Amino acid sequence: MISAGSDTIQELTVEELRAKMGTGMEIQDPEEHMLLSMGPQHPSTHGVLRLLVELDGETIVNLAPDIGFLHTGVEKTMESKTFTKALVLTDRMDYLSPWSNNLAYILAVEKLLGVEATPRAQAIRVILAELSRISSHLVWLGTHALDLAAMSVFLYCFREREYLLDIYEMVGGQRMMVSYFRPGGLWRDLPDEFEPAVRHFLDFFPARMADYEALLKNNPIWLRRTKGIGVISAEDAVSWGLTGGSLRGSGVNYDVRKAKPYSGYENYDFDVPLGQDGDVYSRYRVRIGEMWQSLRIIEQALDNLPDGPVNIDNRKIVPPPRSELGHSMEAVIHHFKLWTEGFDAPKGFVYQSVESPRGEISCYLRGDGGPKPARVHFRGPSFVNLASIANMAKGQFVADLVAIIGSLDIVLGEIDR
Amino acid sequence: MSRDQLVVDKINAALPEAIEETLDFRGERTLFIKKDKIKAVCQLLRDDGELQYNFLSDIHADDMLPDFPRFAVNYQLYSIPNRHTLRLRVLVEDPDKGPETMGDVWAIATWLETEVWDLMGVRFQGNGSLRRLFMPEDWQGHPLRKDYPLGYEEVQFSFNWEAIGNRKPKPQD
Repeated sequence: MISAGSDTIQELTVEELRAKMGTGMEIQDPEEHMLLSMGPQHPSTHGVLRLLVELDGETIVNLAPDIGFLHTGVEKTMESKTFTKALVLTDRMDYLSPWSNNLAYILAVEKLLGVEATPRAQAIRVILAELSRISSHLVWLGTHALDLAAMSVFLYCFREREYLLDIYEMVGGQRMMVSYFRPGGLWRDLPDEFEPAVRHFLDFFPARMADYEALLKNNPIWLRRTKGIGVISAEDAVSWGLTGGSLRGSGVNYDVRKAKPYSGYENYDFDVPLGQDGDVYSRYRVRIGEMWQSLRIIEQALDNLPDGPVNIDNRKIVPPPRSELGHSMEAVIHHFKLWTEGFDAPKGFVYQSVESPRGEISCYLRGDGGPKPARVHFRGPSFVNLASIANMAKGQFVADLVAIIGSLDIVLGEIDR
Repeated sequence: MSRDQLVVDKINAALPEAIEETLDFRGERTLFIKKDKIKAVCQLLRDDGELQYNFLSDIHADDMLPDFPRFAVNYQLYSIPNRHTLRLRVLVEDPDKGPETMGDVWAIATWLETEVWDLMGVRFQGNGSLRRLFMPEDWQGHPLRKDYPLGYEEVQFSFNWEAIGNRKPKPQD
């Protein structure tokens, strides 16, 4: 192994290299096999992921992920913010689906407080969470196809994603870091242009989906790069804690929206797409199916969008509207108290799971009676899904590793938190 | 009989005195399990034909300073066939003598325990791959502990490294 210094080239033994790498991976044959450090700056690792790969020729003998390059201490920082202020940190973990992260955290806060959002707020949350599933899957499909050299899919997917980001900006004022869901409801009601914009999306998107299908579904190159690659059995997938499309690609029917319904998901009629083979192609089919199901959910939610307030009627949690600040002293007091001190949450701990585009994201929240969370923990689906990558990739070619990473759909911001 | 009660009965029948306390809060059931019984309880919950908690959602630890025992480790279980969630909570007095590893019950446990050790410093007995996952390999201390400083620290440069290092707040073990 060779590492380039400033003027000399230094030889490292395998033991030194392993110590420096910190992955603790067993190396089977240090004499014959090649150790390859893949990443951290590698486009197909979808972020700052480093993989230590032991290769016999082109075949992967063993590999271990090395993470932590983006660790920003989100959980620790949240302990020093009030419940409302800590919300903005959740966007920044999984930056491709901030809505799901917000939702997991907000539902945990509401569960701890013992309140429930109004029906209108719940329906709006469902619409936006499903839109974010589509926009996140579009990025996954585009980059996954790009990794396997299908350039045009990437361009089409990002065109549609741009439309969705415009909708997010219309709703929350931000393209990505929205923080629109708040404890007890939403930041504000939807603008009038929202419904026509989403209806328009529902009109044109099925035809675009047909385009992606025409490009990939029966494409012989795509089939040869994905069929039978990165297989994981249903039993292994459960034991390794896989969730989301990666689990359902192996045929295990576990979707948090069905298993532990939240935000009124039990009122919507949708199916859970399942794969059979547990390979990269199955996971691809499952996620495409999920996009179709998301369209169904959004349509139902828009058709039955209830009227009424978007925030609960509890001024100890939800700040008063601006219109009241001019003439109500109590409103002013509550406004200042809520934005400086925040609200107190009871002692106790709760755990709330949400089906994010990547799988089950869960938020563990412990309150100690004060206005700040005593402990926040996120179960990141990407973090857990990444653990089984060695299982899937052993015995495959190194080029297939790129397909496997893409099919797991990881976001490094959420892995490292 | 509700499934919550079935779990308690099954554990009590097979492992008497394993459950220290039962807690219901916001519709979630938490079983406080004795530390030396947690492995047997997990084996039972996964393998029993009626329970089948085959999915380990998460392991995470809590620091409850200044309470004693200071640490708590949570196991979030889910039974895919029975659609039921359960949380096990183990109180840990000495973080160097944490619970046994669950690596051979659920494969994912090794990975999750590594995260807990890195950030909270609870050492799981028998887990051979505890290492720094998020923090740099030469990092001192475990950042999620309550006595670990959050920030507001002076920045160290090479010319004043030692002077600032000497007056820096340190985590206390």
